Amino acid sequence: MPSVTMTVNGRAVTGEVEGRTLLSQFLRDDLKLTGTHIGCDTSQCGACTVHVNGAAVKGCTMLALEADGAEVKTIEGMANPDGSLGVIQAAFQEHHGLQCGFCTPGMVMAAADLLAGNANPTEAEIRKHLEGNICRCTGYHNIVKSVQAAAAQLG
Amino acid sequence: MPKDHGIGASPKRREDVRFLTGNGKYTDDINAPNQTYVYFVRSDVAHGTINKIDTSDAEKMPGVVRIFTGADFEGVGGVPCGWQVTDRFGEPMQEPAHPVLAQGKVRHVGDPIVAVVAETLEQARDAAEVLEVDITELPAVIDMKEALKEGAPKVHDDLTSNLCYDWGFVEENREAVDEAIKNAAHVTTLELRNNRLVANPMEPRVAIGEYDASNDEYTLYTTSQNPHVIRLLMGAFVLGIPEHKLRVVSPDVGGGFGTKIFHYAEEAFCTFAAKAINRPVKWTSSRSEAFMSDAHGRDHVTKIELALDKDNNFLAVRTDTYANMGAYLSTFAPSVPTWLHGTLMAGNYTTPLIYVNVKAVFTNTVPVDAYRGAGRPEASFQLERVIDKAARELGVDPIALRRQNFIKPDQFPYATPVAVEYDTGNYDATMDKIEEIADLAGFEARKAESAKNGKLRGLGIAHYIEACGIAPSNLVGQLGARAGLYESATVRVNATGSISVMTGSHSHGQGHETAFPQVIAEMIGIDESQIDIVHGDTAKIPMGMGTYGSRSLAVGGSAMVKAAEKVIAKAKKIAAHLLEAGEDDIELANGEFTVAGTDKSVAWGDVTLAAYVPHNYPLEDLEPGLEETAFYDPANFTYPSGAYACEVEVDPETGKVEVCSFAAADDFGNIINPMIVDGQVHGGIAQGIGQALLENCVYDSDGQLLSGSYMDYTMPRADDLPNYTVDHSCQTPCTHNPLGVKGCGEAGAIGSPPAVINAVVDALSDYGITHIDMPATPARVWEAIQAAK
Ligand code: FES
Ligand code: FES
Repeated sequence: MPSVTMTVNGRAVTGEVEGRTLLSQFLRDDLKLTGTHIGCDTSQCGACTVHVNGAAVKGCTMLALEADGAEVKTIEGMANPDGSLGVIQAAFQEHHGLQCGFCTPGMVMAAADLLAGNANPTEAEIRKHLEGNICRCTGYHNIVKSVQAAAAQLG
Repeated sequence: MPKDHGIGASPKRREDVRFLTGNGKYTDDINAPNQTYVYFVRSDVAHGTINKIDTSDAEKMPGVVRIFTGADFEGVGGVPCGWQVTDRFGEPMQEPAHPVLAQGKVRHVGDPIVAVVAETLEQARDAAEVLEVDITELPAVIDMKEALKEGAPKVHDDLTSNLCYDWGFVEENREAVDEAIKNAAHVTTLELRNNRLVANPMEPRVAIGEYDASNDEYTLYTTSQNPHVIRLLMGAFVLGIPEHKLRVVSPDVGGGFGTKIFHYAEEAFCTFAAKAINRPVKWTSSRSEAFMSDAHGRDHVTKIELALDKDNNFLAVRTDTYANMGAYLSTFAPSVPTWLHGTLMAGNYTTPLIYVNVKAVFTNTVPVDAYRGAGRPEASFQLERVIDKAARELGVDPIALRRQNFIKPDQFPYATPVAVEYDTGNYDATMDKIEEIADLAGFEARKAESAKNGKLRGLGIAHYIEACGIAPSNLVGQLGARAGLYESATVRVNATGSISVMTGSHSHGQGHETAFPQVIAEMIGIDESQIDIVHGDTAKIPMGMGTYGSRSLAVGGSAMVKAAEKVIAKAKKIAAHLLEAGEDDIELANGEFTVAGTDKSVAWGDVTLAAYVPHNYPLEDLEPGLEETAFYDPANFTYPSGAYACEVEVDPETGKVEVCSFAAADDFGNIINPMIVDGQVHGGIAQGIGQALLENCVYDSDGQLLSGSYMDYTMPRADDLPNYTVDHSCQTPCTHNPLGVKGCGEAGAIGSPPAVINAVVDALSDYGITHIDMPATPARVWEAIQAAK
């Protein structure tokens, strides 16, 4: 099996994968980073969203081999160095932006991606940006609020 | 000042930290040493006879451990149904067998036929590719009315027809209702469809079976809302495993919405196969598999008639419903269109005569069972739609018509003609509230503004009632439930005063870990951080019935309160001993026991320590330790209600409906955690708007599932939905549970579909359009406009 090397949450990792192994599978099954979730098989739910070289990517749309040499960041890499919640994570907790938590890692990664490129998004921009991430629990109201609060704090 | 702890406060949710850092422990995150993976080969036809299954090539594929077919399950029980409905002639419903793996026939697309167990999932899938399953396709029945015709293909050859039951409620009212409708000054009739939905919790189902041969013990990890129910159903009815040898664990579960209540074949398979191969067996559903194996929801076709007298008082309601059961009876399927639906047909109104007829029908589709609201959204949708239609026909204000027929606050407790007794309510209060928070007075101005932009603005109101906190066990037993519906809790006080509460309720997003401690903290006066909630593991908690039907706090919370009351009663005895006072003089507040009228006190932690280090302790009268269990069986359902208002804009050029605003004024009785309640309502509204405008599970006439993935089944996304204005300040506390709570989980999904459709119809009323079926997609709305032009 071919081997793949990448940096995940700042740590260099190497693994053997099949050609068909998806990045999301590699993260979950090989690296045991189970914070990245699988919610569909048609690349439409966003539960698997991670950052690859600084941009949000659905981990199920990419083969692990394609991430060879890449910098990957997952939800496990989003807390502060002391383990406390990062600004976006804390905003989600403060504003009840999650219920079952299954979509949450993907939402946080997508929100971080938005705020990295747009420090002060409008509500419509937030909704548009998160349109690739399905949440079945919250009705999005509090997710939008969380992202707005995080933007205000980061701004 | 809002409270910062205890009942009524909104502390940050403690479970969020693990979910936000990727440390949640969902079932798919669990991997057993030496585990194998199963891939199910499922039927790709809706109906067929299995001629032959040839596994020989597949067995030689790399990594294959064993291949199972229906033949391996001969002599094993089928997947049971948990509710038996009696039809209107006094006969039991027709109840077909439901094998774990298909035996002889397949009955819906997705019916599992063969299970391939291999070292890896990929190997299992590769082996499945070379399997040969020879099936002769048979004509399928998809449409319910077609399925009931003479000569229709039968889903189950051994049943007399595709009719599961023909239920009448209240049967004795039938003639009186017919008579009232015949003689009424006005009758409004509406035919509608409550669209088939797929619950779609974001976490797909997962099951991991383990078997420990040394002790003959099984463990099943599963994405369930009720692990004890699974243990009971699977252990007793399918596999014959006694409870003490079977542990069922539901760890973090990524949403349920009803569809994770039921016992599924895959759970039984993994448990069974784990013993057969003496290795753990893991199944993770793909989303495509979920669409064809998770129980679906709704799918009712209804005709409702509302009779009014010359003064617009409601006289009678008559409904005729066809309810799709799918190919087999899922766990609670028969109860949904009957006892969870017919009993709610009085709504918030004083209608004296009601008759509900329901024909439950087998079709070659995925089984249909409870989905958020289960039966109550179907009831509410019919009623609130037909009332709106009546108001339009009579030229009266729909709010005024509702108000005129409301049960008034002084009429509670109110016995409806459909066998339930509402304990409390104040429907005018929630209606007043919605007029205020939705600024109904400003609607005409907003409508004029929309018109300037070429848009049609509509306002829709609905006022729902639901029955939650299911339910008194003796009552549901009479109605056909094959289970009790109490809840349990153990309050275990540790020596230094911290507390673990073992609850039979299960949290899959509802925030029990945060809200339940608020109640105990309030009762004892200690900090919430001293209290932990344990749930979701039959090895750790007393026999509990789990979470569905908005029952966790009303039933599970009540059990917890009862157990805590017992703990406090005992702790007071210990305190009395330590303080050398009479037990009746002991008071507990702020974590201190005091002797009334004195300054003598002892701290909570000193009393709990004495219970476990009983040096100075009344051992002759009292056992050491401080741990109590309570089982709470509710005396009645609870009856949350509320007023919902939706405003939409319709683009007449494209038919697209945009929800401009949505407001909800609910009466949930007392509230423990307002933040969580808001969130529950938001989520329910989103699902209701989804049902009304976007979601539709569709089969073609051959039984192929046309909406089998997120490409075809339209899940509501962030840019489809508005912000919501929610209020729960109208509170008539439940009179029969100790917390006065009613439950809030389903309300949003019950009240919102009629509000949305009433708004769409209002927007289209100038065209003379009086109804549009859900989902009101652009295509449907556009076609309706064209047809009306
Ligand atoms: S799992 Fe990647 S988008 Fe759904
Ligand atoms: S919190 Fe459950 S899916 Fe978003």
